[in-house]
Amino acid sequence: MRRFGLMVLTLFGISIIIFMLLRLTPGNIADILFDAGGFVDPADKARIEADLGLDKPIPVQYVKWISGLLSGDLGISYQTERPAIQEIAPRIPITARLAGLALCFAVLIGVPFGVISAVKQNTRLDYILRVISLTGLSMPAFWLGLLILMGFVAYFGTIPIYSDAPTGFWNALLMYSVPAAAVGFRSSALLLRLTRSSMLDVLRQDYIRTARSKGAPEVVINYYHALKNALLPVVTVIGIEAAFLLGGLIVTETVFNIPGVARFLVEAVRWRDYPMVQNLVMFIAIVVVSINFIVDMLYAALDPRIKYSD
Amino acid sequence: MSTLDFNAELAAAGANVKSRWGAVRFFIRRYPLGAAGAVIIGIFLFAAAFAPFLTVYDPLSTNAAASLARPSATHWLGCDFMGRDVWARIMYGARISLEVSLGAMLLGSGIGVTVGLLSGYLLGWFDLITQRILEMMQALPLLVLAIIMAAALGPSLHNTIIAIAIPLVPYVARVIRSSTLSLREQPFVEAAKAIGMPETRIAIRHVLPNTLSPLIVLATAQLGSAILVEATLSFLGLGVPEPHPSWGRMLSESAAEYVRTAPWLVIFPGLAISFVVFGTNLLGDALRDLLDPRQRS
Repeated sequence: MRRFGLMVLTLFGISIIIFMLLRLTPGNIADILFDAGGFVDPADKARIEADLGLDKPIPVQYVKWISGLLSGDLGISYQTERPAIQEIAPRIPITARLAGLALCFAVLIGVPFGVISAVKQNTRLDYILRVISLTGLSMPAFWLGLLILMGFVAYFGTIPIYSDAPTGFWNALLMYSVPAAAVGFRSSALLLRLTRSSMLDVLRQDYIRTARSKGAPEVVINYYHALKNALLPVVTVIGIEAAFLLGGLIVTETVFNIPGVARFLVEAVRWRDYPMVQNLVMFIAIVVVSINFIVDMLYAALDPRIKYSD
Repeated sequence: MSTLDFNAELAAAGANVKSRWGAVRFFIRRYPLGAAGAVIIGIFLFAAAFAPFLTVYDPLSTNAAASLARPSATHWLGCDFMGRDVWARIMYGARISLEVSLGAMLLGSGIGVTVGLLSGYLLGWFDLITQRILEMMQALPLLVLAIIMAAALGPSLHNTIIAIAIPLVPYVARVIRSSTLSLREQPFVEAAKAIGMPETRIAIRHVLPNTLSPLIVLATAQLGSAILVEATLSFLGLGVPEPHPSWGRMLSESAAEYVRTAPWLVIFPGLAISFVVFGTNLLGDALRDLLDPRQRS
């Protein structure tokens, strides 16, 4: 319960940081609108600022935003003049599907290869796997996306295009899995490295030697005895992974032209659409902090040695 | 007291440190991948320093006749839409990449070290408040924080450096804080106190030098992530503005149009980014193995 309170407090602090940061921006939306027009009538400008609530002191603007946020009213988008919630809500499932698939990809590739790399430490296979994972971490996510597009052009002559209503389950899966693989590959590289180092720690423990001396088969030792304990630190990292994944999603959605939440953040930033930007960033913060909270709880449940004082 | 001493670390790992070359040879033999990383970073620094001597073209001058020219003997890596030579832009782009990443790393580490040292040394309310603020900053993905910083500050070379540096601060500050916490209990710090040395002097002369080895490992890793974040910001159009040749902006969204028609515009700048970041990752891993004895096998 104490940790839950701390989480709420953290989110509250984040909201202040986001709000202050966005108020640093030179020039507000009214300036930008008038920049395009060329001629500025001060009365018109003042009217628009009053409409948007920009004439009020900053603390008042903040309180208005937060109280709206708590009651589900996210304000109006400057750009589309529609309620922000209507713009954001339909994009969430798209990004959620993409993130879910990417995480599956990352775990299915990263964990088994991490185990192999650790078991075969310092062999040629280990070196190859480490170099591949390091390459994955070194490539910018958007470049990987572009390369995949290029591969599609070379082999199929077309680019996988996002559609709102894909026909059938398999088409939908295919449509999402290509960009998900682009994001997931980088995350799998991170997971591979973590699983490897965590496995190496565990494999040196006494109980592994005991298992080996009683004649347990290698597969059982590696995947049953060792992996179970090696995965504990890996689980905690999934929280960090969520943040890492989001960074990848921002550019991958841009490259593949997928209308998800992550790409929308970049668009809103370009339009200087404050209500959108602050709501989107707040949304991201809530997701990341909640995942971290859940992972913390999960960790305590998985490892009986850890107990959070309540 | 033990300050950071590469020779001592190398000697502990079994190197002949009598001669400087002995230590270098040992590093190469023991950490071949790390040495490869150092070579890659060397090439990167060389390209940044000698860009004008490595190409006959001006990275900014346009040439309509060479628009989207294929890679050839005259234009090694081809030309972009405006007829600008890609090889020249990559060489000069190394300067931008180096300037931004090194600037961001130094600024971020500078602030991070100061905050971490103060936090670990003063403790009390200062520590409590800064730790909470750092936690909040870390709750946002690095890239998201950099994006809003970049948006808030507006596009310029210096603002890009700041936008990348600030999100790096919490990572440095936390590492420095935790090593400061353990160092302040060490006998040599108590000894310094006992002979009446002022606290600030102890912090700077005795505690700070001992936090260097985790800092070096972290800084190498951050150089790589700063390069990646700069490339990403520029790719999204929020980073280094025209006319600076930035690797990330060479790949900006319009690059997707060229996937079909001019793949060299997509392949080479991305290779440059990946190559350099790969180098920093290799070197960072080797340095961590060397400087963190617990990882030594």
